Amino acid sequence: MKRRKGTSDSLLTKAGGELDDRFKLAGPARVLLNKVFPDHWSFLLGEIALFSFILLLLSGTFLALFFEPSMVEVTYNGAYVPLQGVEMSKAYASALDLSFEVRGGLFMRQMHHWATLLFMASILVHMLRIFFTGAFRAPRETNWMIGILLFWVGFFEGFFGYSLPDDGLSGTGLRIMEGMTESVPFIGPWASAALFGGQFPGTSVISMIYIIHVFVFPLILLALITVHVGLVFAQKHTQWPGPGRTEHNVVGFRMFPNYVMKQVGFMLFIWGVIGAMAGLFQINPIWLFGPYEVSVVSSASQPDFYVMYLDGLIRLFPAWEFRVPPYFTLPAVFWPAIAGMGLSVLLPLVYPALERRFTKDRGHHNLLQRPRDVPARTSLGMMVVVFWIIGVISGGNDVFAQKFHISLNAMTWAGRIGIVVLPIIAYYVTYRICLGLQQHDREVLAHGLETGILMRDPNGRFYEVHQPLGEPDEHGHSELEYGGWVVPKKMNRVGALEPTDKGFFKSIEEPSENGGAERRDEIESGHK
Amino acid sequence: MAASAKRRRGWRKRLGALARFTGALVIVGGLYSVFSPGLYAQDSAENTIDADAVKGQELYDTSCISCHGDSGEGIEGRGPSLIGVGSAAVEFQVNTGRMPMAAQGAQAPDSDYPVFTEEEAEWLGAYIEYLGGGAVVPDDLEILVADANVGEGGELYRVNCSSCHGFSGGGGALSSGAHAPSLAGVSDEELYQAMLTGPQNMPVFGDNELTPEQKADIIAYVQYIVNDDRDPGGVFTLGRFGPATEGLAIFLVGMTALLLTTLWIAGKS
Repeated sequence: MKRRKGTSDSLLTKAGGELDDRFKLAGPARVLLNKVFPDHWSFLLGEIALFSFILLLLSGTFLALFFEPSMVEVTYNGAYVPLQGVEMSKAYASALDLSFEVRGGLFMRQMHHWATLLFMASILVHMLRIFFTGAFRAPRETNWMIGILLFWVGFFEGFFGYSLPDDGLSGTGLRIMEGMTESVPFIGPWASAALFGGQFPGTSVISMIYIIHVFVFPLILLALITVHVGLVFAQKHTQWPGPGRTEHNVVGFRMFPNYVMKQVGFMLFIWGVIGAMAGLFQINPIWLFGPYEVSVVSSASQPDFYVMYLDGLIRLFPAWEFRVPPYFTLPAVFWPAIAGMGLSVLLPLVYPALERRFTKDRGHHNLLQRPRDVPARTSLGMMVVVFWIIGVISGGNDVFAQKFHISLNAMTWAGRIGIVVLPIIAYYVTYRICLGLQQHDREVLAHGLETGILMRDPNGRFYEVHQPLGEPDEHGHSELEYGGWVVPKKMNRVGALEPTDKGFFKSIEEPSENGGAERRDEIESGHK
Repeated sequence: MAASAKRRRGWRKRLGALARFTGALVIVGGLYSVFSPGLYAQDSAENTIDADAVKGQELYDTSCISCHGDSGEGIEGRGPSLIGVGSAAVEFQVNTGRMPMAAQGAQAPDSDYPVFTEEEAEWLGAYIEYLGGGAVVPDDLEILVADANVGEGGELYRVNCSSCHGFSGGGGALSSGAHAPSLAGVSDEELYQAMLTGPQNMPVFGDNELTPEQKADIIAYVQYIVNDDRDPGGVFTLGRFGPATEGLAIFLVGMTALLLTTLWIAGKS
């Protein structure tokens, strides 16, 4: 970069010049700062996960300073009265001390947990956006797969974090994981013995998952996130179709200053929401759960929500045990837990390839699709969403049964039937809604907007006046092609009526007395 | 002759058998009356019905008899016998509004508006006591609870109670529409009565399973975690149902707030 003469006096410019002389930064920095991002609310969902992850690293580091991943038995003598004198592992005791005796410790713990839930929730919502808009299509299949892996690494990272405090609930979770591991044919018992160092719960599992939780998996997550975001930069962000937008350009705002300002603001907002939740809502009150004892299992023992659908599948699956006596037993839990989880990893990974195969669409796509325009994919997605929601509800079916006064048996059977029937109904209903929305778009393009003005013929027939969007032919039809983007459906979308009220939270100008009628021309005639 | 001798021998034989049988009856009856002297003593001492029990009987005959039958004998398929359940069970069921039951169901739901006053419940209890005795709450419960060990109670609670009522006392579902109710707002006395008598689907924790001191420990713990609200971690406990409501909160509060934020940020261009 050549320095312009006469403007290089300021300290900042000088420092920048010195840095560039040494590290050759100006080129890459210019590319980066001039990078254009399209602007749409749904493009901000992945950022929620990214910024929650940063907060997870920060709060997790704080927690790691005080937590001791040791299963050595100690007698608790800390601040929480009802547990004083109780035998427990050092891990649980240090988690209690961290909550009650470290200043801000409980807040940090709650923040870490809420940030985890937000991290996983935003990954799911982000994934839905990518799926329903077809953003995973070529050339972005790799990034879709990385995203799926991010979810599953986050899944286990979260599960291990849930297990670390060694309280009653985490022990119950580990116990279920032990059962799932043992259900794998042939290798199960050995795998479980390796994990727990022999018999469950053993004395080593906490320190082992601690290293995985604080070092191995965060590193993998960090690496995957870097590649994930890097690929978005390299492949450029997708955008919605619209005026001036093609497969070969990106319309939006530059990284600096517009996009950076928005992102920093958004980051602080996300951290604010997590902080507010951590301060207001109690989460995972480990002091109530007590130290883990194999004989203690509480009612309403649930995993965190992102694991809950698997728990639901286990609850719903019938007790079908396959046996070849005396050699071999395949327990029922294998199907929902191991096969179910395997399919949940595999199907999303291969979905882009499957769709390519079935649609024979080999092209590269940088423009997004509206969900209604690809009804088959949208309906498949809704099938999975309904399946997942029934799984999650069934994972908490005892809480639902109790709070809504439903029989638990009825909940289980409703789940069993619903998880088979409802996704099919969801497919059909979604498909019809997509077709209906498509049809309405085409109808407005052909016949124009409904104006709400009713006219009466001399012979007594009533009809509604339509505002054509293009030049109409002699039948009042216009030949407009659908552009894959929002078709205006209301008169004020095409500038016929000014909005009477502007502003997001409050009016930025006084609404006029009669809705600004004197500034408008009455629509007097039009085509039917 | 031979025939008459035979007949006489048969007659003597029968007379001897009768004598032996009578003798055996006398011995057994005598032994029985010796070893259970209370049977008659009780009958004569408590046969006099006191004034409270009379009032209780009046209430019983108008409100309970249709299911529990005449003199608390129970009616097959409608209500169990109440003989021997004691005043602890009666007062618990009546004071929490579970009895009289409005309709047959999986279990009697509790109600904030019990049909009878506490005094009337005591009368009913006295009547049931009169019918057959049974479990009663110790008079020194207050002292027992005051001296209780909360930590001990916590361990007992987690082992004995949490599998139905949950770690946090919020209650839980049982099979076929039955449920373990929330322990919020339940008095010491009701907790004790419930443990002692095992109402609805609850098991009985008799004094040989949990001593009165251990019951008092549990009561102290429950009151500490559920009702004294000495519970850190924020303004809202989300009903303390664990991860189920936490998952709901992250979507309804966290995600919703941030989705509105995305709309706001993207709308500002």
